[in-house]
Amino acid sequence: MKQEEIKDKGRRDFIKTAAIATIATTACGSLACSCSSKHEHHKAAEKVKLLSPDGEIVEIDSSYLDHANHMSIISKKQAREGIPGRKFVMVIDLARCKNARKCVTACQKMHHLPVEKEWLSVKLMKDSDKGSPYWFPKTCFHCDDPPCVKVCPVDATFKRQDGLVLIDNERCIGCKFCMAACPYSTRVFNWDEPNQGISDANYTAESSVPSKIGTVEKCDFCPDMIRQGLLPDCVTACPNGVFYFGDENEDTVTNGDETVSLSQLLKDRGGYRFMEELGTKPRLYYLPPKDRMFPVERGYESLPEELKERYKDVIEMEK
Amino acid sequence: MELNTFQQTAFDHQRPTIEKFGKRAWFWTFFFLLWIAVGGYALYLQIAKGHGVTGMRDNVVWGLFIVNFIFFIGISYAGAIISGLLLLFKVSWGKPIIRLAQMMTIISVIVGPIFILLCVGRFDRLHYLFIYPRIQSPMTWDVLAILTYFVGSVLFLYMALIKDFAVYRDAKLNIPKWKQKLYSALSLGYRGAASQKRHLIRSQNLLAIILIPLSIMVSSILSWIFGMTLRPGWHSTIFGPYFVLAALYSGCGVLIVAMWVYRKMYKLENYFTDRHFTYLGYTMMILAAGYGYFTFSEYFTSWFSSEVWDNEVINKLFNPAEYGWWTLFANVVGIIIPMLIVAIPKTRTPNVISLVAFCMVIALWVKRYLIIVPTLESPLVPMQDTRQEYVKYSATWPEWALTFAGIATFLLFFTLMSKFVTVVPVSGLEDTKTHHEHAKDHVKKEDIQPA
Ligand code: SF4
Repeated sequence: MKQEEIKDKGRRDFIKTAAIATIATTACGSLACSCSSKHEHHKAAEKVKLLSPDGEIVEIDSSYLDHANHMSIISKKQAREGIPGRKFVMVIDLARCKNARKCVTACQKMHHLPVEKEWLSVKLMKDSDKGSPYWFPKTCFHCDDPPCVKVCPVDATFKRQDGLVLIDNERCIGCKFCMAACPYSTRVFNWDEPNQGISDANYTAESSVPSKIGTVEKCDFCPDMIRQGLLPDCVTACPNGVFYFGDENEDTVTNGDETVSLSQLLKDRGGYRFMEELGTKPRLYYLPPKDRMFPVERGYESLPEELKERYKDVIEMEK
Repeated sequence: MELNTFQQTAFDHQRPTIEKFGKRAWFWTFFFLLWIAVGGYALYLQIAKGHGVTGMRDNVVWGLFIVNFIFFIGISYAGAIISGLLLLFKVSWGKPIIRLAQMMTIISVIVGPIFILLCVGRFDRLHYLFIYPRIQSPMTWDVLAILTYFVGSVLFLYMALIKDFAVYRDAKLNIPKWKQKLYSALSLGYRGAASQKRHLIRSQNLLAIILIPLSIMVSSILSWIFGMTLRPGWHSTIFGPYFVLAALYSGCGVLIVAMWVYRKMYKLENYFTDRHFTYLGYTMMILAAGYGYFTFSEYFTSWFSSEVWDNEVINKLFNPAEYGWWTLFANVVGIIIPMLIVAIPKTRTPNVISLVAFCMVIALWVKRYLIIVPTLESPLVPMQDTRQEYVKYSATWPEWALTFAGIATFLLFFTLMSKFVTVVPVSGLEDTKTHHEHAKDHVKKEDIQPA
């Protein structure tokens, strides 16, 4: 098969799965939900973005969706193998970020995390003395050569064929070696009993929820959402379309508003990977903060005091 | 078992130590058990409430426990290497101290791994290490290496003990029946026949040959838990040899201190002579020089090339407001003073050497802390966290309680073991005192004779 054809087939598959997911989710809408999954019931009138059968993003009322686990009932083995034929990738557009923190809260809500636990965090970066600071949302990079996976002694954290690096918190022994090995401080540990009050009957490495005491967890790129044809919550929650999510095999990414070609986007906007020199080969690209939509202060001034505290050093350097 | 007169004196001298447990030993046993009980309570808290009771957090994911782990494991390797070398090269003056070095090896290889287990969040899943092992993880290498090493060093100590067990068996000691039976079982029917002797010596030599490279390997693997990561201050090619040397050095110090304590307690001046202190002092000095050289290369190269991340760690280490004073302590007490003390003939006495060795051991513990904590406090991505306990590590009481419980376990094992076997091996002992030393002893005895 030629490269073109493979890509084409990949796209067809993507659309097919998306279509099935859409139809299934809508059909199941009336079913009562045995809600033990990590997704909360979205209240009626909340809009959810879906990928339609012809590859377009449509917005539908979330009451038509049933987030119960039947959509993501997959075996533990499947959760380890990943979704065949896919290669997930994310692009973060730094020029659009104003630290609205909607991604952070959406992620926390989705994964039932307390406010102090951030799988996704926004840093204020300043690369050089004269350089101007910029907001820098940071998820897990799902590296292709992940230092955390290399060091895990029990295969609790693993790399899937669709590119995701996940953690099986039923396997993790909590040695924290992966945390020491991750150069991006992505991972967090459950130092105390998480008390989320969710049953773990349907837990797989894909759902990541509920958290378990004494184990490690991190951003998972929401593979259970992807299986349902939905975008990860941070992508849909961002009001400025900072996050693009998609499939490298299909060479498309979408931020919910526009669907673009990955390679074109990286080419036009000078996409790069964070700390390329570490050789971890992240699956996440950044678009440099050029022609910004917002001045950096916009993301600082509206913050509550305790959050301002975090960025004080950098802001003060500016003054 | 036939003993020559020198060996017989040595045995008679130590006979009471294994015949009677004694008030003092009881006291210390209870004292150590008390400490262990406090540690046990801390452990209960840690298991019941989670690792939140420790000072470890998402940035500094390892703290005192891993420091203790490196520390004890280091002592153990040193014991194996020192006793192995003394045995292999048939160093005759080394014979009385081999047992002590071997005891040190075993005891610390039991205590050390307890501390790595304390770093593990899920005790209930420890067996996963064997059910789902992943061979590319340095942690798995470490588990395998330590287990192998443990078996090897237990055998090594046991081989060396067989002859002595035969002595205890034949000596008609005034001890309970079970103990007598145990000695006799453990001596494996050793009678000192020529063939038995030959086999024993061969297997001991073989074990020494295996153990020495093994402990170098295991020590390096331990260092690779850090060296294999992408962290400033850890990701260094010299970490393997650096750890090996630091291990040898600190172990040498512990051996000196142990010698001093037993010499005082059991009046073993005839066996742990001044010469032993001097020789081990020289060894300590050479190791100090080597270790100092590594430390200097490590700091100097990263300071001079001053990469951003390396710089951050170096700044933390040398800033008096952060770890500056500790760095100073670790290097002055841990490197410079031991070298000076041994170099100056006036201060080259057992008491001074032992005191300096003791302080050096503490300085090396601090050094391990300085390897672990500042690096973890300097992540590559800025922390930008307002929670003080996440930004800066400070150990909590359960961590300290468990640390002291570990030290108490270490000392308790020493106490119990020295009540079970003689600290100075009896069989195979030679009178290695020089004429000069004999003459000195003579003079001393006359001195104290009443006129
Ligand atoms: S903490 Fe868990 S996931 Fe991380 S290396 Fe240890 S066992 Fe693996």
